[in-house]
Amino acid sequence: MKLDPTVCVFGEDVGHYGGSYKVTKGLADMFGDLRVLDTPIAENSFTGMGVGAGMKGLRPVVEGMNMGFLLLAYNQISNNCGMLHYTSGGQFKIPVVIRGPGGVGRQLGAEHSQRLESYFQSIPGLQMVACSTPYNAKGLMKAAIRSENPVVLFEHVLLYNLKEKIPDEEYVLCLEEAEMVRPGEHVTILTYSRMRYHVMQAAKTLVDKGYDPEVIDIRSLKPFDLHTIGNSIKKTHRVLIVEECMRTGGIGASLRSAIIDNFWDYLDAPIMCLSSQDVPTPYASTLEDATVVQPAQIVAAVEQICQ
Amino acid sequence: MAALWLARASSQLARRAARRHPPLRRPSRHGGEPASPWLLGPAAQPPVLGSPPLPAAERAFRRGFCSVRSFAGESSAAAASDEEEPENGFAGGDQQALDFPGGKVSLVAEMNFLPESHGERISCYRVLDDDGRTISGSRFQEVSKEVALKMYSEMVTLQIMDNIFYEAQRQGRISFYLTSNGEEAINIASAAALSADDIVLPQYREPGVLLWRGFTLQEFANQCFGNNMDYGKGRQMPIHYGSNRLNYFTVSSPIATQLPQAVGAAYSLKMDKKDACAITYFGDGGTSEGDFHAALNFAAVMEAPVIFFCRNNGWAISTPTTEQFRSDGVVVRGQAYGIRGIRVDGNDALAVYSAVHAAREMAITEGRPILVEALTYRVGHHSTSDDSTKYRPVDEIEHWRTARDPISRYRKWVQGNDWWSDSEESELRNRVRKELLQAIQVAERMPKPPVTELFTDVYDQIPSNLREQEQLLRDTIMKHPSDYPTDVPV
Repeated sequence: MKLDPTVCVFGEDVGHYGGSYKVTKGLADMFGDLRVLDTPIAENSFTGMGVGAGMKGLRPVVEGMNMGFLLLAYNQISNNCGMLHYTSGGQFKIPVVIRGPGGVGRQLGAEHSQRLESYFQSIPGLQMVACSTPYNAKGLMKAAIRSENPVVLFEHVLLYNLKEKIPDEEYVLCLEEAEMVRPGEHVTILTYSRMRYHVMQAAKTLVDKGYDPEVIDIRSLKPFDLHTIGNSIKKTHRVLIVEECMRTGGIGASLRSAIIDNFWDYLDAPIMCLSSQDVPTPYASTLEDATVVQPAQIVAAVEQICQ
Repeated sequence: MAALWLARASSQLARRAARRHPPLRRPSRHGGEPASPWLLGPAAQPPVLGSPPLPAAERAFRRGFCSVRSFAGESSAAAASDEEEPENGFAGGDQQALDFPGGKVSLVAEMNFLPESHGERISCYRVLDDDGRTISGSRFQEVSKEVALKMYSEMVTLQIMDNIFYEAQRQGRISFYLTSNGEEAINIASAAALSADDIVLPQYREPGVLLWRGFTLQEFANQCFGNNMDYGKGRQMPIHYGSNRLNYFTVSSPIATQLPQAVGAAYSLKMDKKDACAITYFGDGGTSEGDFHAALNFAAVMEAPVIFFCRNNGWAISTPTTEQFRSDGVVVRGQAYGIRGIRVDGNDALAVYSAVHAAREMAITEGRPILVEALTYRVGHHSTSDDSTKYRPVDEIEHWRTARDPISRYRKWVQGNDWWSDSEESELRNRVRKELLQAIQVAERMPKPPVTELFTDVYDQIPSNLREQEQLLRDTIMKHPSDYPTDVPV
């Protein structure tokens, strides 16, 4: 926001309140009430506002208080955000960033535990990225704001408290690139967002058991970084996808399909995909834990694949 | 000029409103000398930067009594409230005030519900009578002969364009069309009152605004035929025009989605402190969408310079306004959001021109949204996919097409000023007709956009997956050329 006066923020309670997860804390004091705008509760409308402002030359960052609420903005996101650059023949661009906390938290109930990446992935014209560490959150946010395309940036409710030493100076990560978290030889584990941490936890156990997993945080959910993913598969020949989406129509489903289309000849085993079940996320903590892929399941899956 | 009309309107409104029920006063967000000062003391106000407390004398004068927002001055409203005993039993006098978030309100011991309507319908601003003569005592924004004639000729052009393109669809030359029959005054007169920098976010029945700004008949035809000269590159249905050069946002079919976008555009103008406003058009049906509610609410809260222009033409496809809402039309809703509004005769070019001119001035200089409800009639069918004789009487349509035609009414005024003659009329109509037929012929013969354009502009740069998909399509076309049209370049 300091570098570019056209960058502005819209959302509920993003101003003096600092945002539901304090992502915009202090910004209203620095940049004023107009550039960090508190909106009334109307997601479709403030997203629409973002589209209109973007078409006019601003670079709005639209926050959904919880990503799940952006389902109310689905029309503006798909029919307008994703489409207007195309239907106007390239005359109008919509460089908005739509972001917010999503994913399964701790007992937040079904409506606050949505994984919108599965619902949005079909929309042409949108780009989707998921951050998972303080380092990639900063780099991806900057890249998303600079992008001329509408970008949906998925943050996770349980990852805001992570602490990491990151460079003070400017750096911009590539929106379309995946991140190599742990190189390995035996199996390619593809994951993103919070599941990265469950995978790394499982990786510790796996290493003790003698396995050498390669862990890739795909980061770019649309489009997939098939270059990095492909190189990994060509090396390990086995793939495990670990995601938080529901089984049906999730990122895993699309990723599986893309891998089969492109790297069928390199696979020595069927692609395994661990996802949440096709149920709304329950409130009770034991039930909720059962819907999220746990490290023990990941270990078991790797053992099965590597037989 | 604006102040005079406002004073008239406001005193009328004030008297009527004070008679019915104690209307609310809008709190001000401007510092210094407020246009609409805070109502009853600062204490209970929501956190707003720089709002001054009402001076004690003012508070005493109000006697804890809500008074109508007076645009040009307090006197008329105050006088009205002093003279008349409100019907709803909200008595003045020494009532205590109750303190709640949002401000102080006076209490009343009698239980009374606000009526569902004002009783009388909000009256309609009109300048020209049915015979094209200015109504005596009417006040309106003067237009030069040049502008007046341009308005007239563009209204005629729009009408002829509609007729010819409609016929072209019937002949199977284009797939779809919708007309603005009966709404030519709304289209052209509103456009004439705007500046080229004002941003237009249309619904789909406002091609006249684009026409006024200089979109040529050929450009219209190119879009309708979806040829390679179409700025939309053949991606949208006919009539979904767009031109960033002319500040006319590309039409998007879903209803009212452009309303919150207009607030966003206005927000951007406000950030840049530009001498321009946003204007967005929608029909009576569009006011039922959730986006209408939220956009008006947002615009009011954010003090965005946007004109909400409602073309209340009586019909949303087959739904008449009696089934669309139960309020007194659309203008009354403005007040619910704290937005100033006006009802205008949409078939009166001079009235529409004046209203938009004033609305624009207020929107920009005062940083506020304005609601304009133009009453009119949709003379044509909803579109070429509709036959409106199935749900409304033919003689009703005929009546509006002839006796209430905005073009002939305005023509009478223009001819009454000796600015126009019958020979110029026939010359104009012949010329436009010829030009249109020519444009259609040219557009029809032009090649369609190539297959590459199927994949460009989805993103700013073509990503690899789309490149792959394009290659796949090309390979398929090469293998089976007889299955694909010959006039689409690969």
